[in-house]
Amino acid sequence: MTAHAIKRLYQGADWDFSTLQSVHDACEEIALSELGLDLYPNQIEVITAEQMIDVYSSVGMPLFYKHWSFGKHFTQHEALYRKGLRGLAYEIVINSSPCMSYLMEENTATMQALVIAHATFGHNHFFKNNYLFKLWTDAEGILEYLNFAKGYVAQCEERYGQAVVERTLDSAHALMSHGVYRYPGKKKLELRWEEKRERERRAHDERNFNDLWRTVPAGPGKSVSELSAERRRALLGLPQENILYFLEKSAPRLLPWQRELLRIVRHVAQYFYPQEQTKVMNEGTATYVHYYIMTRLHERGGISDGDFLEFLQSHTNAVFQPTYDDPRFSGFNPYALGFAMMRDIERIVTDPDDEDRQWFPDIAGGKDPMVVLRNIWANYRDESFISQYLSPRLMRRMRMFQLHDDPALAEGVRVEAIHNERGYRRIRRELARRYDVGWIDPNIEVVDVDLVGDRRLILHHHVLNGRLLSEADAKRVLQHLADLWGYDVLLREIGPSDAVLKEHACSPRGTALVPGITGRRNIV
Amino acid sequence: MQILDRRLNPRGKNLENRQRFLRRAKALVQQAVRDSSQARDISDILQGGEISIPAGGVDEPRFRHGPGGVRDDVLPGNRKFAEGDLIPRSGEGGGSSQNGGKGDDEDEFRFVLSREEFLDLFLDDLELPDLAKRRLAEVEHEGVRRAGYAVSGSPVNIAVTRTTRLAMARRIALRRPNPQTIELLEGKIAECEDQEGRAALRTEIAALEAKMRRIPYIDPIDIRYRRFENVPKPAAQAIMFCLMDVSGSMSEHMKDLAKGFYMLLYIFLTRRYRHVEIVFIRHTDEAEEVDEETFFHSRATGGTVVSSALEAMRSIVALRYRPEDWNIYAAQASDGDNAHGDGETTARLLRNDVLPITQYFAYLEVGEANEREDRAVSRSSLWGVYERLCAEGLPLSMRKVSTRGEIFPVFRDLFQRRHGKERPVL
Repeated sequence: MTAHAIKRLYQGADWDFSTLQSVHDACEEIALSELGLDLYPNQIEVITAEQMIDVYSSVGMPLFYKHWSFGKHFTQHEALYRKGLRGLAYEIVINSSPCMSYLMEENTATMQALVIAHATFGHNHFFKNNYLFKLWTDAEGILEYLNFAKGYVAQCEERYGQAVVERTLDSAHALMSHGVYRYPGKKKLELRWEEKRERERRAHDERNFNDLWRTVPAGPGKSVSELSAERRRALLGLPQENILYFLEKSAPRLLPWQRELLRIVRHVAQYFYPQEQTKVMNEGTATYVHYYIMTRLHERGGISDGDFLEFLQSHTNAVFQPTYDDPRFSGFNPYALGFAMMRDIERIVTDPDDEDRQWFPDIAGGKDPMVVLRNIWANYRDESFISQYLSPRLMRRMRMFQLHDDPALAEGVRVEAIHNERGYRRIRRELARRYDVGWIDPNIEVVDVDLVGDRRLILHHHVLNGRLLSEADAKRVLQHLADLWGYDVLLREIGPSDAVLKEHACSPRGTALVPGITGRRNIV
Repeated sequence: MQILDRRLNPRGKNLENRQRFLRRAKALVQQAVRDSSQARDISDILQGGEISIPAGGVDEPRFRHGPGGVRDDVLPGNRKFAEGDLIPRSGEGGGSSQNGGKGDDEDEFRFVLSREEFLDLFLDDLELPDLAKRRLAEVEHEGVRRAGYAVSGSPVNIAVTRTTRLAMARRIALRRPNPQTIELLEGKIAECEDQEGRAALRTEIAALEAKMRRIPYIDPIDIRYRRFENVPKPAAQAIMFCLMDVSGSMSEHMKDLAKGFYMLLYIFLTRRYRHVEIVFIRHTDEAEEVDEETFFHSRATGGTVVSSALEAMRSIVALRYRPEDWNIYAAQASDGDNAHGDGETTARLLRNDVLPITQYFAYLEVGEANEREDRAVSRSSLWGVYERLCAEGLPLSMRKVSTRGEIFPVFRDLFQRRHGKERPVL
């Protein structure tokens, strides 16, 4: 490597804005020329701890509509932070264009360098290039859209009262995890047109309003009952797993503005959908990038030895993985797993042994690890990434093992596989599954509704491995769902061979979500 | 790349969300504040602090898997297991994990309230009963209040935004040329080739400049001043007498309880009422008026003559607080012992002199921690006297506490906002 020396970037722990600028420029040079990253323009914002908690609690976004639940999170974070139980993240980065990174003012110069390398280069590249983000999020439009959402919610509160808007949002939030499209095919949301769309729709309604229509006697409607159940379901687009979408389009008693609120919550959920699926990869990428950049800066003299040790300490803290019997253990640390895998892949490409050649014939002994890594960063999510690139060597190093807990087996929990020749593939498959949203989130879909009858909405939860829904939570979410739908709701938990394992039913709470009169067209 | 300094941006972006949350959880928070205040020292209460409320009222439910079912998990750090090993389940033997997570929805939600928030919630529905006498003559200037704008005033009160806004409106209305137009024209002169065009432009510029001079940027008629006015506020006056027995029969524990009670009373009065004066009287076999510091922190010992305190209170009232102008309250704390033969004097003083001039008289009897029940049966001498008076319908309330935890409920009980019940009819 050509290690031409560079000037020392900073001295000691103090920094100012020109330091940040020169650190950023030095990192950028390495990121572009050696790592070959492809980046959104960067915007670095220096904030205080209190502002950091602010950003934390509104799901990490710089602006958001008002809701009590954010206040709740704020209160909680603040309590933990004040008591010193929890430190704050060093940075928060937002998937937008320009890519916004928040740096805390308390950080030392080394920490700022680390954070810049981590967030403004690592995460930034990942956001811009990963296929999930490309598919589902609109980095250019998100801030504008959130601004619209904030204004819209405030306007609704002004018009219809805070209480009813809040209740609508409560209900929508409860269904947020079931308000996303999981499969491509729907066209990507163009968030910037959303505001225009909503304005135009209202203007259209106002233009076409004619009071006369109210007086036209309703003819003998088409006998809908003749429609076959099949056809009826097809008309409503059932089965539908995006519950919020279904309610927005088909709930008979919602007012137009409530539909718009559901739509806002749905868009926000969709925006965050890729992040849940790429935690390991996203953090792995960023950690790999900051490790690489910081090491290079040190090699070239930009960072002193002492500062490099400070970096190493923070870095090792971040990638620390306690073992299962450690009191600090709370699952796999995405930083640790992600970083270990990225480094492992780099090793497989540059310095493979026989095992690697056998397991990864297509990448072992390749020329440039960055080409391989960039390809992986762009085209995988956690689940597929782990199921393809977790190497036996890493499994051995982390001493992974798989437990199988079957209530039918009274003797105890069985050790299904360990890090040996027979276990590698099983462990890898099982670990990958831990990161599969289809496996983590309960699979619930709207299957039927009898619009001419009692209008009861029927949902199915397809139970996997006998894992039923948590009863108390399901009851409460169903209550919200029933309030939005306006009629009874029934959730069946369907086991193997279509056996109904459990049923939850719920009726709406009177006029919980009705501010005034409901004058909504019938949707039949 | 751009670096922005956001540190000076307005803080408290989440203040409104936090308030919404507190409003939503108000009932729960209030309950939690009361529960937590029982366990704490009074000086701690002044600090605000952490409380926890059941998550039930402010939960955000999601569909999620409950316990049970077949589960697989991958963990790091295997040291001793081989494939096929069976690990006995931890917890109660034979019990499967199905009943393990029953309590998962009863999570506590913990957070910190500021001192102000805490006290507001704690003192929320307390009041001094029957604050009836309001002498309106005693007015207080509550400072000043903004009251729109005025065309005259002191230079320090110039309303800059309003002034510039008016100036701008005037400039636009009178079409004052702006410097940019002139610059533009000057630019044109530089570019202009022919002599005539240049001359024309020059005259145009001259005209514009003349107009600019005629129409000033800010005219005296634009200037507005912030107007303030004084707001007099009538205030009801009240005086609270704190009578405490510090005689030898009072044990440390009892004094602690009594002081706790007064501390609470003190917080309550100073926070809630601006016009409450407090007089501290402590007595053994003779009474003395003391200052706050002495009252709460210094010690004394001696016999007990309760009437001495009442006598002192009476003379202070006669000297300083005319009953026609003042709402008079008294709170007395004692272990209930009284000198033999003083009972009658006490009763007479109360009936004839003290109670007729007070709006409300609260009596708190403190007891030893371990003698809860039998204490209530074997009445103290003072308790019997007061009970008789109470039965006569005089404005007197009495409660008994023997443990620290009881102070808060009893205090609330004595000063609860009430409607008719137990309220003295004057």
